[in-house]
Formats: sequence, structure tokens, C-alpha cells
Amino acid sequence: MSEPSIEAVHLSRRFGSFLAVDDVSFSVARGEIFGYLGANGAGKSTTIRMLCGLLAPTAGEARVAGFDVKTAPEAVKASIGYMSQKFSLYLDLPVCDNIDFFGGAYGLSGPDFAARADEVLRLCDLENEHDAITGSLPGGVRQRLALGCAILHRPAVLFLDEPTAGVDPVSRRLFWRFIRRLARDGTTIFVTTHYLDEAEYCGRIGLMVDGRLVALDTPSALKRRYVPGRVLSVHGRNLAPAAVSLRSRPGIITVEPFGAGLHLQVAAEDWNADSVAQALASAGAQAVEVESGEPTLEDVFLAVVARPREVHAP
Amino acid sequence: MAQAPAAATSGATLGFEPGAALEAQALVRRFGATQALDGLSFTVGRGQLFGLVGADGAGKTTAIRALAGLISLDSGRALVLGRDPAQGRAAVRESLGLMPQQASLYPDLSVGENLRFFARLYCLPRALFHERSSRLLEITRLGPFLDRRADALSGGMYKKLALACALLHRPEVLLLDEPTNGVDPVSRRELWALLHELVHDGMTVLLSTPYMDEAERCHRVGFIHHGRLLLAGEPRALLAGLDDETYEVEGGEREQVDERLANLAEVHAASPAGSTLRIAVARGSGGTVGAALKPLAASLRPVAPNFEDLFLARVRQEAA
Repeated sequence: MSEPSIEAVHLSRRFGSFLAVDDVSFSVARGEIFGYLGANGAGKSTTIRMLCGLLAPTAGEARVAGFDVKTAPEAVKASIGYMSQKFSLYLDLPVCDNIDFFGGAYGLSGPDFAARADEVLRLCDLENEHDAITGSLPGGVRQRLALGCAILHRPAVLFLDEPTAGVDPVSRRLFWRFIRRLARDGTTIFVTTHYLDEAEYCGRIGLMVDGRLVALDTPSALKRRYVPGRVLSVHGRNLAPAAVSLRSRPGIITVEPFGAGLHLQVAAEDWNADSVAQALASAGAQAVEVESGEPTLEDVFLAVVARPREVHAP
Repeated sequence: MAQAPAAATSGATLGFEPGAALEAQALVRRFGATQALDGLSFTVGRGQLFGLVGADGAGKTTAIRALAGLISLDSGRALVLGRDPAQGRAAVRESLGLMPQQASLYPDLSVGENLRFFARLYCLPRALFHERSSRLLEITRLGPFLDRRADALSGGMYKKLALACALLHRPEVLLLDEPTNGVDPVSRRELWALLHELVHDGMTVLLSTPYMDEAERCHRVGFIHHGRLLLAGEPRALLAGLDDETYEVEGGEREQVDERLANLAEVHAASPAGSTLRIAVARGSGGTVGAALKPLAASLRPVAPNFEDLFLARVRQEAA
């Protein structure tokens, strides 16, 4: 078994009296796509900054690509790529100049670099944009260029910090195709996102709450564990008043307005589609239709992060 | 070019659909080389929650600015409650709340000071301001943060404060430009709950979002692409109208499966879903595709279509 690509052991970071990251431990295998999720301020960015060798841990340790982030931060920086939602590209320069600039920043030059630059342009489907001014390109293309610039030096680990915010679905699919190709070829991917349907692309997911890593597993295992009941979607007329009476019944976990309908999470031993339809109809709803749905990672996120409080409207 | 016929000042004006709160009629607007709006039309009925869904650069913000009367149009017209927002501005303003996408609050003012500022802007009497702001602070749960500066709020809290400021004058129609972008899932769901409450109380809400999965949360949804409306309707009806069949691939080695699928003309889209793949195939070809995957020890499980499937299918048709 080879050494993990990323290993965090009791990692903590304190800012004054505030514990931003609190005793976090996990490891990511080579070639794995690892998602790191949490609310704003949960400690995701602080974790990334420590793993990138930019911020020293207050306690605990971490190794990235075999290097200790505390004692060898420069070696860590040379082994990683980083791309964030605000891609740092020079918009007034053509695509090829951006590639040259970032290559230079990583100390790459000569024929080897020229060959690598061509390879990256091909990999990121940018061959036809070689001379285009970066600022004139659509968001999805710019995003691929930012990715290309981040992998020029063949990093062992690639950090993606909300890489696809606002990008259209077609470009998003293409982007994730590249990411999977990189992972298949052995690059380890560490990604944060608020976009929970995108987190489905990850092999495993860690969930941060108030600085602590509270859940870590595959998407399907997280769903089984944290959203154990049935998920039902309800349509019909006059649903709102009927929903109020349903809310107080035992076994009803959440009731949420969803478009003109409702989304319910119910205990599987107490309720099914038929009994929910009956209960709503006898509370005055008409033309009730109930369909089974599948839990999403958003359901998981809410179950884990917002567990003690109610999230639906009163 | 279609110039708006005289001032459209009342609901009786020709061309105004009764019961409509917002109307976009063939909106066209160009910025330099960019065709931001290219004949965009849609109608939002009173008391509806309407979602304008599209990617960055699709024209969502320009459409909302046109409806708010903040930009001029090259042609076409926007109507708010039957009035032209660019002409009878004061009257329209009173009935309109706007939450822009970019920072709209004073960063160096506190939560309470921002609310007071907007109340003065709308000439709200003091007693009314106190009554409404305390209710808004309660539903946005910003009460405990009254003295915090706006620039020290988290993304979700900032959006909620901007929303509270847009609601102070009790508008009949509320326009929200990407209210959930960059907001974490918990705050996102709270915002949606709040919007449903407002609509329940009779407000008309139009919001824009880049998130396909939020389409389902609206009464009606319009997909905007390159400044035009790609499709619009009730979410369930739109999904029911999808021509493709959607499946998840079970078993098999994903990369092998992916390669095999890439060579099948029946497969319109394939995307990773967790450790497996989600595919959209031409209607009636599920059997053929399933058979092609059999040698790879993979099989197909039917799944419900989602809005991303729908959007991708429409974009593909458009390109063809």
C-alpha cells in the first residue's frame, strides 16, 4: 500500500481565542477525488491553507505528497496545484501568454516546457484558443485555462477551491471530465464546493461543522447513514394548510415547500407514499400525488450541519 | 424597431395581460459586442414564484435590470404591474423591491444602520419602520447581529440583510438577482423558506439562479441561454416533456463504461454521479445501450430526469 497523498493527524489551528480547525484527522489516497464540504466559516479554507503550506498548524501535523507542511512547506508548495473560484489569470493577455507566465512562475522553461504547454492545451481542450485574449473567452473556457495553468508543473495534489461557481452545466461536465482524467492518471484531487450536486462526483466526502470534521464517507454511505427515512415529493392542491397538520405527526422528519408542492422526509417504518397521501387528503388537500424521491447530499448536509435547529418555515 | 406604444400606465393598456405582475416583451439589449438580451420574453403571474435559470453571461442580470427600469432597451419593453418601469419610475419603485447581485449595502454601516438608511430612502414613518424591521430581523434571524458591520457578515447573513432592506417598503413585486449564489446550503434553504412565506402572503417573486437544482423550487421556471428564453413552464411539466430517458449505470469499471458510451450515438450525455455514471439516452434506446454495456458487467437503472438533463438536452437541440 503506498503512502497516502494527503494525511492530516489531529490538525488544529487557533486564531486568538477562535479555534478555526479543531483536531481534524483524515487521509486521502493517491488518485482519489476528495470533497471537503461545510458552511461558510466552518474551517475549510483554513484547512486548505495549512495543507498548502501557507499557514502553520497550531497543533497536529499534516503530510502532503510525502512532505511535512510544518517542516517542508516549500517542498509542499512545489508538489501542489491550486485553483480557486476567482481564477487568477491575466485577462488582457492571450491564452498562450498566461500559460508562459505560470510556467515561468513554476520555473519551467525550454523544450520540455514547450511540449508540456502543448500537452496541457490539448488536455484542457484549448488548442483553438491559443491566441485568444483571455478576457474575451466565456467563463467555462477561462476556467479550463485556470485549470491548465494549475497543472503545468505536474502537481501530485490539486486543490480546487469552489472551482465551478456560476459556470454553465455543459462546461461543468467538461471540467469534471478533465478532473476525472487527472485523477485516473494519479493526481490526487481535494475540492471544496457549495454546489452539492457536484459533490456527487467525489469518491469520498468530509463534512466540516464549526472547525470539526463530523462525517467522512462515500456519498451513498453518507445518505444511508444521515437520511435514513423515505424522501417523498408531493403535488396537489390546497397543500399548505394540510402540511401544517402533517408536521406535528410522529415520524414526519421534515416538511418543506418545494415549488407548488412539498418535499417530505419521513420515517420509513411509520409512513409510505399511500399513507402520506391519505393523511394529506383527510387534512383537506385535493388531487394529492406522492412520488418517492432519492435523498440528495443537500439532505445529508442539512441533517449533519443543522441537526439541532429547524430549517423549515414556521 | 418596436418602440413602447405611448406610456403604458395602467392595467387597461393594450397588450398587458391581466393578472400578470411582470412582463418581458421581446427584450433586446446589446453592450458593445455582447448581445446580452436577444428577444427575451416571459410573463410572471401575480403571486407567483418565478425562477430565471441560466449560466453566467446568459442575460439574467440584464433582464432583471430591465424589469427594474435601471437600463434602457434597444427594443422590446418591460412591464411591472402593467407600467413601464423606465417611465413612471416613482410609481413603479413603490411597488418594486430589488436585491441586486453585487454588494448593495453600506459596508461600514451596521445591520441596524443599513435598515434605517433604506427606511429613510423609502420615507417610512418611524413607527412603521420599527414594526417592520423587528419582524424582518426576526424572520431573517439577524436580531442578535444588529450592531455588526455589514462587511463583517458571512455571505448568507449579508444576503439576508440585503433581502430585509429590499422588503422594508412591502413591495408587491420582488426581484432577486442570484440571492443564493455563494451561500452555504443551510442559509440557502432558509432563504427559500422565507421566499415561500412571502409568496404565501401574496407577493410576486422573480429570482435568478445559476443552480439548475433550484428550478424545482419555483412555481414556474424560465431557462435563459444567450439572452433568449430556451424553455419555460411549470417544473414538473417541463421534466415530463423531456424526450430522453435517464439512467444510472450500475456495476462495471467506470472508465471502460465511459469509453464504451462515448461511441454510442444513442447516448446524449454522460456525467459522473458518485462512483457511477448518469446518462441520458434517446427515447426507446435504453435496451440497446443496456445490451452494449452487458459485456462490461454493467447494467442500467432508470432514474428520474433532472433539470440539468433537460437543460443539456435543449442546448443540444439548439446546436443541432
